[in-house]
Amino acid sequence: MKNIDSIGHVRGESIYLDDIPVRTGTLYALVYDAPCAHARIKNVDYSKAEALPGLVRILTHRDIVGENEIGNIFQDEPLLAEDEIHFWGMPIALIIAESEYIARQAKKLISIELEELPVITDPREARAKNKLIAPPRTFKMGDTNSAWAACEYIFEGTTETNGQEHLYIETQGAYAYPTEHGSIRISSSTQGPTQVQKAIAKVLGIPMHKVEVDVTRLGGGFGGKEDQATAWGVLVALAAQILKKPIKYSLHRMDDMRMTGKRHPYSSDYKIGLSKDLKILAYEATFHQNAGASADLSPAVLERTLFHATNMYSVPNVEVTAYSCRTHLPPNTAFRGFGGPQGMFVMEAAISRAANELGIAARDIQARNILQEGDEFPYGQKAEKCHAQKVWNTTLKHYNIEEIEQEIATFNSENKYYKKGMAIMPVCFGISFTNTPMNHARALVHIYQDGSVGISTGGVEMGQGLNTKMVQVAMAELSLSAQRIKIETTNTTRVANTSPSAASATADLNGKALEQACKELKKRLIETAAKHLKSDNSNITIENEFVFNNNKKTDIDWEKLVQLAFLDRVCLTENGHYATPVIYFDKAKEKGHPFAYHVYGNSITVVTVDCLRGRYEIDAVKLVHDFGKKMNTPIDDGQIEGGVVQGIGWMTMEEILYNDKGKLLSNALSTYKIPDIYSVPKELIIKNLETEGHPLAIRKSKAVGEPPLMYGIGAYFAIQNAVKAFNPNYTLKYDAPFTPEKVLMGLYEKVEKEAPVGAEILN
Amino acid sequence: MTTFILNNQLIQTDQPQGMTLLDFVRYHKHLVGTKIGCREGDCGACNLLMGELIDGKMHYKSLTSCITPLGNAQGKHIVSIEGLNMEKLTPYQQAMVDESGSQCGICTVGFIVSFAGECLAYRPNSYESVIGAIDGNICRCTGYKSIERAAKIVYNKLKNKDIANPVAWLVQHGFIPEYFMDIPKKISQIVVPTPLNGHVIVGGGTDLFVQKHDEIYESSVNLISDNKHLTGIRKEGGKCIIGAATNATQMLESDILNKIFPNLYAHLKLVSSTPIRNIGTVAGNFINASPIGDLTAFFIALNSTIYLKNKSGNTRFLLLKDLYKGYKILDKSEDEYITHLSFDIPDSDTYFNFEKVSKRTYLDIASVNTAIQITVQNDYIEEVHISAGGVAPIPKYLQQTCNYLTGKHLTENTISEALEVMQSEVAPISDARGAKEYKRLLLRQLVFAHFMELFPEKFEIAMLA
Repeated sequence: MKNIDSIGHVRGESIYLDDIPVRTGTLYALVYDAPCAHARIKNVDYSKAEALPGLVRILTHRDIVGENEIGNIFQDEPLLAEDEIHFWGMPIALIIAESEYIARQAKKLISIELEELPVITDPREARAKNKLIAPPRTFKMGDTNSAWAACEYIFEGTTETNGQEHLYIETQGAYAYPTEHGSIRISSSTQGPTQVQKAIAKVLGIPMHKVEVDVTRLGGGFGGKEDQATAWGVLVALAAQILKKPIKYSLHRMDDMRMTGKRHPYSSDYKIGLSKDLKILAYEATFHQNAGASADLSPAVLERTLFHATNMYSVPNVEVTAYSCRTHLPPNTAFRGFGGPQGMFVMEAAISRAANELGIAARDIQARNILQEGDEFPYGQKAEKCHAQKVWNTTLKHYNIEEIEQEIATFNSENKYYKKGMAIMPVCFGISFTNTPMNHARALVHIYQDGSVGISTGGVEMGQGLNTKMVQVAMAELSLSAQRIKIETTNTTRVANTSPSAASATADLNGKALEQACKELKKRLIETAAKHLKSDNSNITIENEFVFNNNKKTDIDWEKLVQLAFLDRVCLTENGHYATPVIYFDKAKEKGHPFAYHVYGNSITVVTVDCLRGRYEIDAVKLVHDFGKKMNTPIDDGQIEGGVVQGIGWMTMEEILYNDKGKLLSNALSTYKIPDIYSVPKELIIKNLETEGHPLAIRKSKAVGEPPLMYGIGAYFAIQNAVKAFNPNYTLKYDAPFTPEKVLMGLYEKVEKEAPVGAEILN
Repeated sequence: MTTFILNNQLIQTDQPQGMTLLDFVRYHKHLVGTKIGCREGDCGACNLLMGELIDGKMHYKSLTSCITPLGNAQGKHIVSIEGLNMEKLTPYQQAMVDESGSQCGICTVGFIVSFAGECLAYRPNSYESVIGAIDGNICRCTGYKSIERAAKIVYNKLKNKDIANPVAWLVQHGFIPEYFMDIPKKISQIVVPTPLNGHVIVGGGTDLFVQKHDEIYESSVNLISDNKHLTGIRKEGGKCIIGAATNATQMLESDILNKIFPNLYAHLKLVSSTPIRNIGTVAGNFINASPIGDLTAFFIALNSTIYLKNKSGNTRFLLLKDLYKGYKILDKSEDEYITHLSFDIPDSDTYFNFEKVSKRTYLDIASVNTAIQITVQNDYIEEVHISAGGVAPIPKYLQQTCNYLTGKHLTENTISEALEVMQSEVAPISDARGAKEYKRLLLRQLVFAHFMELFPEKFEIAMLA
């Protein structure tokens, strides 16, 4: 089934936040934000701005009736700065004007006096100065200390992975208008409507039932609108509360890039120990997460780094520690993979390093250590229905790894200025919010008396195809055609207390809730049919919109059945609730069973490097993926293709740059590049791993949102292998992204750390 | 007053001509199918089509409406998604649906409009040209593979297109609505008012609107894109003359230039994207004075002369390389503007090459770019001009390097020495496009690449190791 939204999309008729027809009297908001990263505010002069015709009001923290606080996990994030600035782009005031243009002019008239304070942008420096978001966390299994003695080979090193800008094409935004009794209705481009609602209630000092958050769809989220959509929603709500007018705010791209957090950069240390026959006996890692100025979701992201620190490998002795370091960058946040990719990169770097030192291929080590059924993860959960070995073997066999390796060797021996490189990147990713209490959802289903069906869930459609999957679930449960089913907007008044659409779990959680609601409604309809046909419930089935009695088609079709039930005064509305069974996690012991299941996959990436210019192309990504019983091929394959390319972007051209003052330099699409149509793999082949599927996955179709991003990590190692093929003197480095700059510097690196070409002239 | 046709509606508006076309279409006409992504021409979400009546026929091109002045719509046909929609999906819309080329959907309309622009071209379509049409469209969801598959379908559906009369063929086959047939007549009836003669000269607007969106909105503008005296490419004796307001697409499609530069397509493909090439002017690239302007590097190496005119009508000329006096400082007075440029058409012993490396190969600003024109006879370098961008505060003419090379024997040793000389006359800085050490190394590589490309039998990569 195709994405049900696609016809609206290609006609430009789908509605995003900025497309909502503007109400009469709407005013426009614009944030006045911090012009430096760390300072004490001495004075802000708004007088000139306030005198501008068309300027309505400038709101500051003093105008807040409730609490000036929007932190989610920890209460450490003011909505508007009070006395101190903690990051460049931190909101200080909200300008309200009759037009966006006037608001922009007003912003230029505001002046500020500051006492600048020292800026920290490096997480290791923050750790050294004990600037931590929370105490460090350690996951431990076996005993690494005693295991080192048994190791034949031990390697240590450091790695860096840079952040990543979400670059949803629809920028952040929200539109609020006051309704009666002091209530407010907000349209928001958020993945977490309840989070926006909760934060508004707190800041405005009103109960949650007075705040209605509505989301039609997002023009991309990728985690960037999980927590970071909140501020804009709260700001417009605050202005609507005070001015009693509709208030709209749709961010300019550069404001969005400057003021919002991104994927966390990590600086990490590893130590890996292997036996003579390449079994990984021990692994230690220390992760320094650059959290930015406040907690946001950093502690949860940090946790997932620890959960995925050993990726798809079985390691008996593990000790991994993670520090969430407070710096003066915008608060970094959720991004597809949620800390998992950062953890896996370090493991793959350790293996790559060991392989290089031992003069063998990384895959010799990878192959020897694949996770097996029943193996324990460092967090106590055992691998069940484990497809790791199967997915590894299938990949190597199906794509004929020896042939690929041979082709590369031949190419490299025949070509002087193009070199190819290859890497294998396996992925094992746990599905569920690692914070167990978040794993629940509800679905509200109305069957209207004409037989049409309206469905509301807590899930937000952001391109991942959630709405389409929800239609599929309802079609299957109610034996209905798609035309009868409508998926409503996501609205906190219809479905309350929702978890954000995140953790790849949205379709599972909301789909299971929807299944339950549909099952209950179907039960009532079967009872109605049985009553009218004077039959037993057990004899009744509904197929293709007709009632069958003892497998014989009756003349009661869907519309007639609904009409009968309606006249019998049967309740045609149901609210399904689902909470993932089995899962738990004990943070005191750092052990438990946090995931409903794991998704397994494996990939081969081949690249070609132009060794004259330092440019590269991704020739192919060939992968085998564990979809379970795939319920929607175009949507799930689309998630794979998009995820792979996003991962490749993170590992190659996407380079976030802050200067040492904490100012974002890569602050526009002209300086921050994401993949275009020419930079994607020429070949991207997806093979399904044939499995039974998992009962905790919706219709046994496993979650597919985040896992494919990590296949992109293979690009880093493939490029590195090609650089090494050209320049045997090159020293391996683990510092992503591998930009054309790093490639060229690597291609011409000399053995001794010689000064680069021309440097003597510079000095 | 700006008068034009928006989809099938006549528009007469007094809105400032320096307003962006995007703002006019979205916020004044409430046609919200056109989306906003970046407001700097780097994503294509706001792409529209602009049709111009030339010799009785409509010629359409895609453009990024976020950096196009409303005034440039004067006398044109502007097409948004609302003007393409019919009851049934067009073949390119259907292809995007069938191949799941759309996920969140916010970028989708931009792709659809770009596809429509490609369909309307007066030439056969190839798979490469269909992909080329969407080279300025960024999608963050799909990874483009599904869009490639959709492009393949579009290409296949266009195989029998009537290239002499595409509009009629496309109407007949459901690619565009029927009203397109009446557009030439409607356009010809528009009386184009005398252009404003404001004080801010705006060509395509591709740089001005990125830097000074609100200032241009407030200014009285002098729009020159449609000034026939300032556009066009022609030969005069041994010279090639290019009008100042000529855009890169016109260069790319010029028979004259393609004959002079056999690799023109490959060179210009590295310059921005289709919708930007469709509007950005050659003189705009010069006057912008970015040290990294691609066309600037291109024409400096051709030893081009530019011709300036002031308000009183006085003219003068100078070599393009002499226009630059310091970072964004030009040898040009406030009231002077470029009318055209010229360069000598190279003879058969003269070779040209252009090289550019950026973080992303296409639709990106260079870390370093360079062009060369070299005349070699009997293995001796008769004359050589090399430009380099990204290695100095100005688009750099490598004077000392050229001096060194002139008259020398074309050997490995000569080049190697020249590369040393070159390092002494450049001074790159570290910025978002690379560290200074990288830019030095990259310049060496790219200048060497000129010689490898032009004289492959003489030079090979091992010489750099």
